[in-house]
Amino acid sequence: MSGNIALLEAALAGARAENRAALIAYHPAGFPTVDGGIAAIRAAFDGGADVVEVGLPHSDPVLDGPVIQTADDIALRNGVRIADVLRTVHEAHAATGKPVLVMTYWNPVDRYGAERFAAELAEAGGAGCILPDLPVEESTAWRKAAEAHGLATVFVVAPSSRDERLAKITAAGSGFVYAASLMGVTGTRVSVGAQAADLVRRTRATTDLPVCVGLGVSNAEQAAEVAAFADGVIVGSAFVKRLLDHEGDLEAGLAAVRELAADLAAGVRKR
Amino acid sequence: MSEKHEFFLPDPDGAVPSPEGYFGAFGGKFIPEALVAAVDEVAAEYEKAKGDPSFAAELNDLMANYTGRPSALTEVPRFAESAGGARVFLKREDLNHTGSHKINNVLGQALLTRRMGKTRVIAETGAGQHGVATATACALFGLECTIYMGEVDTRRQALNVARMRMLGAEVVSVTSGSRTLKDAINEAFRDWVANVDRTHYLFGTVAGPHPFPALVRDFHRVIGVEARRQLLERTGRLPDAAVACVGGGSNAMGLFHAFLPDADVRLVGCEPAGHGVDTGEHAATLTAGEPGILHGSRSYVLQDDEGQITEPYSISAGLDYPGVGPEHAYLKDTGRAEYRAVTDDAAMQALRLLSRTEGIIPAIESAHALAGALEVGRELGPEGLVLVNLSGRGDKDMDTAARYFGLYDDAAKGAGAGDGQ
Repeated sequence: MSGNIALLEAALAGARAENRAALIAYHPAGFPTVDGGIAAIRAAFDGGADVVEVGLPHSDPVLDGPVIQTADDIALRNGVRIADVLRTVHEAHAATGKPVLVMTYWNPVDRYGAERFAAELAEAGGAGCILPDLPVEESTAWRKAAEAHGLATVFVVAPSSRDERLAKITAAGSGFVYAASLMGVTGTRVSVGAQAADLVRRTRATTDLPVCVGLGVSNAEQAAEVAAFADGVIVGSAFVKRLLDHEGDLEAGLAAVRELAADLAAGVRKR
Repeated sequence: MSEKHEFFLPDPDGAVPSPEGYFGAFGGKFIPEALVAAVDEVAAEYEKAKGDPSFAAELNDLMANYTGRPSALTEVPRFAESAGGARVFLKREDLNHTGSHKINNVLGQALLTRRMGKTRVIAETGAGQHGVATATACALFGLECTIYMGEVDTRRQALNVARMRMLGAEVVSVTSGSRTLKDAINEAFRDWVANVDRTHYLFGTVAGPHPFPALVRDFHRVIGVEARRQLLERTGRLPDAAVACVGGGSNAMGLFHAFLPDADVRLVGCEPAGHGVDTGEHAATLTAGEPGILHGSRSYVLQDDEGQITEPYSISAGLDYPGVGPEHAYLKDTGRAEYRAVTDDAAMQALRLLSRTEGIIPAIESAHALAGALEVGRELGPEGLVLVNLSGRGDKDMDTAARYFGLYDDAAKGAGAGDGQ
């Protein structure tokens, strides 16, 4: 079975056709439980997310701030396994028909086997993978497996990326380009970095891939601000925080996730 | 300048790493895009510095007149009575300013920091020795300094926390994960990503992304070059074995490297076996780990079947790390070096033995090498000649040692003593 890269491309093209940005939500698998995580992803889709990135929790999330670290810790303490992550992808996609990616660090995928992981992610209905600590120079084996299984390889670019590197990275990537809005780890910020618009402009000069902006976006106003210059808005910690704020009351947490997704979905339509 | 006053001695061979930072199958550069420019800048600046005589001159001067190099080579015959009669010599990195080998690398990278025009330095520390050395260099060069240290380690190495603060550094106690060295490195990387414009991450061991494994090795390479020359002068021959402790592996790489071409010199790395490798409570990465990626490079790591890093354990804060430098992984797989595991108890007994027979109190980290040297000496017999890197002094460990051996008068303070005895 081939992965759903085409579904991802269609979702982003659909948003562009509607003259709006896409809303991309992030949620770590296994948090607060495997089934609770699946419900949270469905709630994000219900609220208006176009695409979801499922986090594969890692013991050493060096690019994540305290909110996602906490969620990863909870998931790992509950014993989340890669099979649970793949089930999360499968059920979230099967229930909604929407594109679902995996976002994780390289070691779990490397250890599992790039080919095996790509095959099983495609089988689960996944659309692609984001591996932020796998630089383009080290990515050949993964990209070969991803391409063979119809999966997108989404690379992250940063404000510090020079133009010649942007060209090299976007030439190797597929699906979309993840533009980090600022220099830092995941987490909500009061304002989205002023560097983001410049990075999107420089990235677009190198590629026709959609350019989606993540890091720091937590509310509709910020989403609208980013939607004015980007093809997609990626929100992670703000969703996770809704569930952490309602710890022990999953229904209330899911309602808050749905509400945030709806707010953000309105935001990405206000460009 | 005579040969004996040259201390910046980068690897003249250059066979490894490759331009991409690989030592055979190990090494590389697994870092987020946000850090690529900064890491490339460090590599480029280091290459420039290597070709700049003024860099070597300034570093040589600091190492002679600030650190106090060359460090002594001390024969320890009373200690060696427990080593099967073999002769044992200690390379006295504990006598360097700040009390360990760490200052060699720190001064080199502090000069690089200044050349890059950066005004702030961050570093991780386990035992506190790298943190103290970094805080020292920052005081000397007028750089802002933040040190990340696991909460567990701030407690067991409280003296070094006080030293760092006395030197003007900010010490951040890290409460994520296992609250030890691994987590301090994670937090330092998070800081670096956010503040990379003005900040250099002064990495403390021969691990991390390229170029750190090669760069840190080069700054420590003086250890083995000096020891080799000193031992030849004193004994007329090379050692049968060069022994060092291995956490991340910087002092061991510094000792081993000059002996790589000497095929008859065994290179023996001593990893922390904690309560025993078979108990699961250890940090013996090369002995019990498998290849994987941690902190920017491929090497051996302690991990589960799905690539989650497992929590290490050692009585020694400086060795309590689930990774190891990629060049050690390379030396293991090529068979040029051998690695063995030393328990907490064997290390603590060696610490006490050296203290009582020679009047030298070693760091618990270095005591792992001493315990390994006792074993190697017994294996070699009376004709044997063993060189040990005494990488640090034990002042920082006196609270742990006093509790371990019940040395406090106050019975309450001694509670918990005798672990493993």
